[in-house]
Amino acid sequence: MKNKIALVLVLALGFIFGSLWIGFVPFTTLNETAHYYAENTADEVGAQNIITAIIVTYRGLDTLGEVTVLFLTAAIVGLVLARSRAVEQDAYSKPEELPPAGELLEIGTKLLVPLILLFGAYVFVNGHLTPGGGFQGGAIVASAILLMLLTDPLRRFSRRLITVIESTMGLVYVVIGILGVALAGGFLDNRILPLGEFGSLFSAGAIPVIYALVGLKVGAEFCAMMVSLSETEDR
Amino acid sequence: MSPILLAMVLIVSAAMIAAAVVAIHPARSLPIAILAAGSVGLFASLLFLMLAAPDVAMTEAAIGSGLTTFLFFFVLRRVRGGQDEK
Repeated sequence: MKNKIALVLVLALGFIFGSLWIGFVPFTTLNETAHYYAENTADEVGAQNIITAIIVTYRGLDTLGEVTVLFLTAAIVGLVLARSRAVEQDAYSKPEELPPAGELLEIGTKLLVPLILLFGAYVFVNGHLTPGGGFQGGAIVASAILLMLLTDPLRRFSRRLITVIESTMGLVYVVIGILGVALAGGFLDNRILPLGEFGSLFSAGAIPVIYALVGLKVGAEFCAMMVSLSETEDR
Repeated sequence: MSPILLAMVLIVSAAMIAAAVVAIHPARSLPIAILAAGSVGLFASLLFLMLAAPDVAMTEAAIGSGLTTFLFFFVLRRVRGGQDEK
């Protein structure tokens, strides 16, 4: 009986997606919204990467919401794990014998971590010129920290530093948004700084600043999640 | 879309579905399922790249297949630790 219900469900889903696929006709021209973005981004925002212009400026409030969601997730992970951390304080005094990480991982970490950090910073600073941006760069930065944790699981990161970075970046992000209301056309308007020369690193107004903030904030949030998961061993 | 690109997209899609089948196979161990789920994300990011969405591809590669996989491993270790104590 259960199997029959599952089969009917699968067939229904298959029918829905199949009809979507059969009826799919690719757009040959840009629709109205996309046309507006393609026409006006260079003049209004000055960002070479239109996607970044949409994410940070036209739909900046949504990005603030996404950052908030990520912050909530990190906070909830910390909250859930806070209890087990208190229990196993004495476990730190007698760290159990861990198998060595292996030469490949150790040397690879030493070589790659600075490069990965640099690449993450490159990705979020160049978000308005090339594909990528704050979220991607932040995740790349966090993956460098993850590599360090994999090599040495007993390594301790400064929880205070992570918290300070995370909350400062969030605050400055909101302050920039409010400055947009005061000095330019609206909340998170990027024209509080001069737009600069189209296509150069210091262009597109506040977008590089905002993306650097978002990148550091996202990286700090992922780090907080991984560090609290890694530091709270139950035994 | 050129025929070569179309063929590559089809191959990557097939690999993605194969990885997904590996991930949900009930007889496999959890670490293999996690790795397979991570490779679904990796193939998805390749697909996004071929469909001219490099921003989404970067997000998917970094978060979907990189960080999430290791978060699952961290969580898996914690869950197993709880099981052993019983």
